Amino acid sequence: MNSFDAFKDPKLCRALLDRLLAEADQPLRFMEVCGTHTVSIFQSGLRSLLPATITHVTGPGCPVCVTHESEVACFLELAKRDDVIIATFGDLMRVPGPKGKSLKTAQADGARVEIVYSPIDALAVAAANPGRTVVFLGVGFETTAPAVAATIRLAREQNLKNFRVLCFHKLVPPALEALLADPETNIDAFILPGHVSAIIGAAPYAFLADRYHVPSVITGFEPLDILSALLEIVAMRKSGQPAVVNAYTRVVADSGNPVARAVMDEVFVPVDALWRGLGLLPGSGLVIREAFADFDAMRLPGVTLPDAPPLAGCRCGEVLKGKMAPNECPLFDKACTPATPVGPCMVSTEGGCAAFYKYKLDL
Amino acid sequence: MDKVLLDYGSGGRASHRFVADLFFKHLGNDILARMDDAAVLSLTGPVAMSTDSFVVDPIFFPGGDIGSLAVHGTVNDVAMMGARPLYLTCGFILEEGLPMDDLARIVASMGEAARAARVRIVAGDTKVVPRGAADKIFINTTGIGEIMVDPAPSGHRAAVGDVVLVSGNMGDHGLAILSTRAGLSFDAPVVSDSASLGGLVGKLLAAVPGVHVLRDPTRGGLATTLNEIAGQSNVGIEINEADIPVDPAVAGGCSILGLDPLYLANEGKFLCILPEPQAQAALAVLRADPLGSGAVAIGRVTAEHAGKVAMVTPLGGKRLLGMLEGEQLPRIC
Repeated sequence: MNSFDAFKDPKLCRALLDRLLAEADQPLRFMEVCGTHTVSIFQSGLRSLLPATITHVTGPGCPVCVTHESEVACFLELAKRDDVIIATFGDLMRVPGPKGKSLKTAQADGARVEIVYSPIDALAVAAANPGRTVVFLGVGFETTAPAVAATIRLAREQNLKNFRVLCFHKLVPPALEALLADPETNIDAFILPGHVSAIIGAAPYAFLADRYHVPSVITGFEPLDILSALLEIVAMRKSGQPAVVNAYTRVVADSGNPVARAVMDEVFVPVDALWRGLGLLPGSGLVIREAFADFDAMRLPGVTLPDAPPLAGCRCGEVLKGKMAPNECPLFDKACTPATPVGPCMVSTEGGCAAFYKYKLDL
Repeated sequence: MDKVLLDYGSGGRASHRFVADLFFKHLGNDILARMDDAAVLSLTGPVAMSTDSFVVDPIFFPGGDIGSLAVHGTVNDVAMMGARPLYLTCGFILEEGLPMDDLARIVASMGEAARAARVRIVAGDTKVVPRGAADKIFINTTGIGEIMVDPAPSGHRAAVGDVVLVSGNMGDHGLAILSTRAGLSFDAPVVSDSASLGGLVGKLLAAVPGVHVLRDPTRGGLATTLNEIAGQSNVGIEINEADIPVDPAVAGGCSILGLDPLYLANEGKFLCILPEPQAQAALAVLRADPLGSGAVAIGRVTAEHAGKVAMVTPLGGKRLLGMLEGEQLPRIC
């Protein structure tokens, strides 16, 4: 058994599950805000084993899913330009924008779109196409933002004149604050994202416990990680002493990764940003600083964030806020399936609707 | 003569020489040698017939090539109907400029695979298309065989209480192709399981004629095949994740590439669904053969959740195991 297998050992998990069954005597609605947690909870079968008192709610943890309609409209407009090559992570390809258009349909209409596995690969695309501007779509949370920032720095070192980033990065803590500030969302506890926390550390979440009294645990992605986090949450609720606990110390330092944050701060600056379903959230996004303006696709002539109407009939916003389970949406498994997604939560494999569709047996 | 020329598909003398030199040499038998417009065959009783086209990229991969795969793929589809595969036809579409050495290797490999599977290639056709109109080589094979048992196994016959067996590790072929295409190599080599299953199916049905379903989990893998059967038979199927055999090298490669071995193609494995009292006898027959040495029971057929496949996870939880979603991995067979 290697060290990773230990965190999914069925016997250890069973023991924790039995403890949870015994101790979770109060109703508990917990939300996770990381797509990897979403998939792990479904794929391991953990969701079907949780005590009846515990309700799992999938939150806005998939960066593709929270990309706003206006942002999609913006990059689809850019994709139409003859002198532009879009470089993107693959899972943005099918994200629907206004009138059901996506990068896939743009590609069929003649747009040049290159799928890359790392932002640095987009620099090679730029070097190979000196006559065109390569625009990398910067989508993702604190996990991806440092790598994109480092890529922009590298582009400047390489003196690349035809590489730009359309920066739609988002920050997790402001979204959690917005969820708790909304009186309609009813969340008792958070399981906090392991990867994002590896960058930002534990401190930015302190307000969850201090101001909102919501116990929260940073944890890993194996069943044992998630079960211990739930036990920790149940214990904090019983003691009436909510806190933010870092239970993922094998990866997350309490202070996060200061080097990654420094690169991010050098290149980006926080601004108010649009989230799909959540609206405009203060200080929740990143844009490129003046010093790197030459690499900012937003500053290309004619590029704007157009007003885009919400997708007709799509309830992804309510799903992302945890107000509605995916299968309660009237479109779920009817008009909206992974093959023909209406909303973004059905597109990404880490979206809440796609996970329900893929893994939930008793629909 | 180092490359395939458009002339070879013309039907004239150049074609005749090409056919004689290469195809008869490797694939020849008394029926093919008659050179009439069609093959004349003698068959008795009900027969099973199947066709498949092979466009795999790369054409050579660890454990096989497009030629042996074109024989195995169709032989196995015929065998899954409880039939003894006897005859194949093959049609080649060749791209102008294909190296003759590559073609010779492929045709020789087809001949070898056909002899090992004890089938004869009795009719064939070759076309050459201009460069760019096809990718190197496409092969179609059609197979026919005599059905050995009555009633014959079928995807419609899975019955509540039946046991589900697999003949060995899942996902080897799919990962061998994808990793070759991506230029990846792993510490432990990942090799396609491409093989003819006709002989093993013959042995199995001789010993255990009451088999309900046989099917080879090719494109879409084990998960998709189980869903097809659950739908055809209108039953539920429940499998145990911990019992599904996957080679550790394949499991490791899949986790690096973000793939699930249960959705990867197999070309030398099959699923067998049969009444529980016969399961041990079937496992004994399978395990005695090198192609079935890894055979195990992975689950059973249930009345609950008809039309769906449920996976019992190692934790004891239950979740849906769905069909392959989204884009098919391109050209895997």
